[in-house]
This record gives sequence, structure tokens and C-alpha cells, in this order.
Amino acid sequence: MNKLIVSPSPHVHGGDTILKNMRDVLIALVPAYLLGLYFFGLGALIVSVTAITSCVLFEYLIQRFLLKTAPTINDFSAVLTGLLLAFNLPSNLPVWIVILGSLVAIGVGKMSFGGLGNNPFNPALVGRVFLLISFPVQMTSWPRPIPFSMTYLDAETGATPLALIKNHFGQLPDTLDLFVGNMGGSFGEVSAVALLLGCVYLLLRKVVSWHIPVSVLTTVFVFTGILFLVNPEQYAPPIVHLLTGGLLLGAIFMATDYVTSPMTKPGMLIYGVGIGIITVIIRVFGAYPEGVSFAILIMNAFTPLINAYVKPKRFGKVKK
Amino acid sequence: MKTFRIGGIHPKEYKFSAGKRSQEAVIPKRVMIPLSHYIGAPSVPVVAKGDSVKVGQLIGKANGFISANVHSSVSGKVLKIDDVLDASGYRRPAVFIDVDDDNWIENIIQSKDIIRECNLSSEEIIKKIADAGIVGLGGATFPAHVKLSLPPGKKADVLIINAVECEPYLTCDHQLMMERAEEILVGITVSMKAINVNKAIIGVENNKKDAIEHLQYLIQTRSFEGIAVEPLKMQYPQGGEKQLIDSLIRKQVPSGALPIEVGAVVQNVATVFAIYEAVQKNKPLIERMITITGKSMLNPSNFMVRLGIPLSSIVQQSGGVPDDTEKIIGGGPMMGRALASLDVPMAKGSAGVLFVPATESQRGKMKNCIRCAKCVMACPMGLEPYLLMNQSERSMWDEMEHNCVMDCIECGCCSYTCPSVRPLLDHIRYGKTTVGGIIRSRNVKN
Repeated sequence: MNKLIVSPSPHVHGGDTILKNMRDVLIALVPAYLLGLYFFGLGALIVSVTAITSCVLFEYLIQRFLLKTAPTINDFSAVLTGLLLAFNLPSNLPVWIVILGSLVAIGVGKMSFGGLGNNPFNPALVGRVFLLISFPVQMTSWPRPIPFSMTYLDAETGATPLALIKNHFGQLPDTLDLFVGNMGGSFGEVSAVALLLGCVYLLLRKVVSWHIPVSVLTTVFVFTGILFLVNPEQYAPPIVHLLTGGLLLGAIFMATDYVTSPMTKPGMLIYGVGIGIITVIIRVFGAYPEGVSFAILIMNAFTPLINAYVKPKRFGKVKK
Repeated sequence: MKTFRIGGIHPKEYKFSAGKRSQEAVIPKRVMIPLSHYIGAPSVPVVAKGDSVKVGQLIGKANGFISANVHSSVSGKVLKIDDVLDASGYRRPAVFIDVDDDNWIENIIQSKDIIRECNLSSEEIIKKIADAGIVGLGGATFPAHVKLSLPPGKKADVLIINAVECEPYLTCDHQLMMERAEEILVGITVSMKAINVNKAIIGVENNKKDAIEHLQYLIQTRSFEGIAVEPLKMQYPQGGEKQLIDSLIRKQVPSGALPIEVGAVVQNVATVFAIYEAVQKNKPLIERMITITGKSMLNPSNFMVRLGIPLSSIVQQSGGVPDDTEKIIGGGPMMGRALASLDVPMAKGSAGVLFVPATESQRGKMKNCIRCAKCVMACPMGLEPYLLMNQSERSMWDEMEHNCVMDCIECGCCSYTCPSVRPLLDHIRYGKTTVGGIIRSRNVKN
């Protein structure tokens, strides 16, 4: 018999790890990634590989040489940040802009706060919004979806459905195209069916709970539905709002980011409703055609406040 | 299937010793019977060095309200009364007895014939239970007669029998139900009489289907009135007192209150068996069932063991300590205590000995909290473990009290579920102890 170890209970662990959670999210992103590659071809491949590689590299370099702490790149969180950043970029974005976005996402968005778990804002969205404000032209010229296209910087571009709605011109793609993802946009956000498939996987694996995605999507649906009923000539139908832009990607993968979302179920509902309302306000009344990224970042800022005031349902406090 | 409404986890069962017929543990040459249990004042010894004692003879007298009598589990000569390291890791007084033969005191009925008739009044039953030194055998070891003596003005509606055994590995309650079901049912009837209710519910986790069927069969064929068996969903901590009440009668005991607040009295299934033996057979609590188990054990088994027998002696009988053992737990893996040595006496609260191999004896490396909220979702009391741990690390006692740390039942769901392997419960327990001390001293001042 070896020397005995004495420690407090519990003496068993469920075996869950950060790596397992990150891996599940990555698996859930695979369908959307494959469809993104199908519609945007070579460009999508270059942008995603660049983003993932540079995110992992920047995290390693910052930890190794600036913070001088043990690298945590083996928990796959930097891979996930890179992939999510790439999903939020147009597939014809020059490599150097992608690298710059990755540096801001990892360096400013994540490591400057102390690494995974300490960042108040979603790092991928910090990177994306930085690029959107710094390079508005490159960030809003969207390649048209052409299956297996081998073009990259010279891709043929066109307006996204949301831009069409905003400027009241042109014919929207039909709902089936919107559902499959046959439309212009950031390369990972277009395919509703693939993102929903990922959502089902995450829910089944209990990586995320339904509260955030459902509350975001319901709020957008109800809000835009009311607007549509008031004036169908001026406002787009709610289903178009649900299926276009970064809403599904945001609601399922960005808003549910563990670190930056609330810790309790009622808190998650408040947070989701907030994201939905801000998204619609920006889309319908704001200057930008799309507002999911801003909405999530704004609600990220409210997360500590929500955590401080919205408590879980305590045992024994239920009305009999 | 019924279960509690907040939190919970699903640990793997590993009930290796399920269905293994219990064996009588061999009585060694010397036993050390603890005079104290984890809860309440130690009993006062009423024997002295050199006295001869018989099986069932009183050797320690309850000292105060929350205290219990202790009886000799063997016959022989008192060697000394001295401190002994017990399973909780503390040194506590115990009576050392050199064993000689197996002579029982006369009024104990040793035959196994079942006696159903009970014409005693409620007070007489509770008196007999108190005399027999029965404590809660689920692990908390709270004196059973105190639980059954309802506070003035309170009325019980239902007796709840905790036969959940939600700890992984442990099977002693399960085996007791398979072997002594009818005695248990008589014990329940007697306990119902003691608290004057006509309804009892036995809560059993659904992984013990044979026990559920066996009990239901006996209730029907031997006409036990007012007793129902309720299968419960397998979910830890189903056997937590408050969780079990919530599962069975859909009422949540308010924070800081006792189950009687919602009209319930809860007893463990092994406790009602002890009550049967005390009331119907005049046999004090001198033995209990224990599970000896572990992944590397060749023969995990259940034993009926007299109190005071060193655990090392029982383990010897079940094949010895497995070679790869690096941690030994007294009790189950979720709430049991790691033992520093096996030379500790069998006590009233000992439900199991679990041998943990070296591969599983140490925790993983702690990482940053990623705020995944899994601890919040798992907490069966609706607390925020991540927050309480942070506050405990920063000595924020007022905030911890405000965030209901005293409601923590120390079930360990938070630590179990944390993907960053953070020692949540360690810090919460430390904070809870400190806050408890602050509350007590505040109450003294007022």
C-alpha cells in the first residue's frame, strides 16, 4: 500500500474539462464551417486558417514572453476564438487585416484581462468590431456565394440581405436560400440550417442551456414581428430577420460564451432579451444594417451587474 | 419519476457489492467502542477499568439533550477508557474491551422471529429508542429520539424513510432492505406510532428495483397499512434530507428550519431497522451494516459489524487492502472522509470503507474559473458556488452570509462538476464554518 492521501470531500470528479467543452463547441461549428467553405471556397479557407493560426500564436507569444506564464493554448480556447472571429469576417478580407483582428481579439480582448475566464467581453467580437470600425470598406464588401469558388481577394461582391432591407432596394433571396445560407455575408454566419444543427448538438451535450439562444431569437422574432404587423411595407418579416446576418451565429455561439454571459438561468434570460432588443434597434433604427455584435458586447458589459442582482432560485424560498 | 427540483448531478454508481449477502464480521480480541459521535456531547462512561461487561450492557450514558447512550457490543473486560483516533480524524474517548466469549444481557431477544405486535405508547417507544442509543445511521448520527420528539405545538403529517443511498459504491442500506425488509416495515410502523402519523413513504432510488419490489410485495401480502414505496430518479443528492422531502411531498423546507416545518419527519432505513430491534427485541444499537468496496477490491462486500471493531480487522476479512490503494474513504466518495489510518473503530455512522486506487486519488490541476455556471446549475440548494468560493478566498464573511452560505449541505456537486477542477467546496466549507462561528457569537451577544 502506498502512502495514504487525505483530502476533503468530494473524492470523485465528473471528468469535465475546459478542453472537452471547447472541443464540443468546435464540433458544433463544423457544419457551419463546411457550408461556409462550400459557398465561399478558397477565401473562407484562407481567412479561417489565418485567424486560427494567428490567434493561437499570439496567445502563446503573449504568455511566453510578456506574461511569462504557462501557455494555455492546449485548452483549445484560442482555436475557438480564431474560428469564431473568422466566422464573423467576409471571406475576401486580406490576410494582414485578419492577423490584426486576431491580435486585437487575443491581445486586447482576452490576455490583457488575464486570459481565459477573466475577459469581460467576447474576444472574437472585440476583434471583429475593431476591424469593422477600422476598416469599414473591407469589412462590408461581401463576396457572393459561389459554390467551390477559387477566388479570394478578387471575389465578386454584392449586398447582404440586411443591407438590402436597410436601403430598400433589390430582391431578397427566397426563404429557402436564407435557410441554407445561399446569400452574402460573413462566411460562417450564412447557413441557418448548419448553425441550428450545431445548436442541437450543444444542447444535447449540455454545453449550453437553451436560455440564451431561445431568449435572443424569441425577442428578435417578437420585436420584428410587431414592427412587421404595424407596417409590412416598411419592415421586413420576422423570419427574414431571424435567418439573416449574424443573428443565429451570435445567439447560438457568441452570446453563449461562458465567460461573458450571466451565471444564472433568469440572468441568462434577461441577457438574451437585452441582446434581442438592441439587435433589432440597431438593425431597424440604427446606422448599421447589422447589430448583433454590438448588442452582444453591450450586454457583456451588463453581465457583472446581472450576476450581482439576479440570483438563482434558492431552495426553500419557493412559494408553497 | 419523482426527483428534487433544483440542481443535482449523475455520478457513476459503481455499486459492486450490490446483492452480496451480508457476512458477520469476526470479533477480534480487542474492541474500542467510541463514546462519542460526530454530533452532540460525548456520553459519560459508566464502567471502569477491570469491570466485566456483557453484550448490550450500557457503558456510556447520554450527556445532555443531543447525546446518545452507548452500549457494549461484546462481552469481556474493560481494559481502559482512553482517547482513540476515530474515522472523523479526531481523538475521542473510547472504551477498550478485551473480548471474552459472547454473553448477552438477559432481556435482549436474540431470536430472529419477527414480532409485529407493539402496544407501547408514543412516549414509551421514544424512551426505548433513547435508551437504545439509536442515532441517524445515514451518516449525520443525529440522535433518533430527538428527531422523533416533536417540538411543542408541531404536528407531523408524514414519516419519510430515507432508503435512497445516493452515494456511489455504498450498498449497505440496499442489502439491509433485501435481508431485513419485514423488520424494517415493523420499525416504520413503530416509528409512525411514535410521532402519531398514519402515513409513511419509503423513498428508494430506482437503481434498487429488487428492493422496491420486495418491499411492495411485503406491504401487500403482510398488510402493512399506510406505508408506500416511492421509486425515485437516480440523481445525487437524492438522499439529502431536504432534497428527499422535496422529491416526495413537493415541499421545500425553509432555510434554517427543520423538516417538521413542512410536516415531515425523516429517518434513515437503517435507523428504523435499529428502532425495530430496540423496541421489539430490546436490543440496543450495537451493530450496523457496512460496505467494504473499491474498484480494485477482489471481493467488495457487505458486513454486519459490531461497533468498536477496528476497520482494519473487517478489511482483513474481506481480502485486505488492495495494492494500488492511495486513499481510503470512510463513507461514500461524495461526502465521506478520507481516513489517515484503518486502525479506527467502527462507529454508529460508519456506512462504508472505500479504497481508491492511486490513479484516482488526486485531484486534477486547478485552472481559471471560466464562468460556465455548471456549479450554479448543479447546486441543489440554489447557491452560487463560484461566488462563495471567491468570497471565501477574500474573507468576505458578511457577503457569504447574505448569499446563503449556511444553506450549503456540503454535498460536493459543485466541485464534482467543475471543468476547471476548482476546489469549490473546500473554500465554501471554510467560509461556512467561519460564518457559522460569527452567527453564533452574534446570537450570544444579543
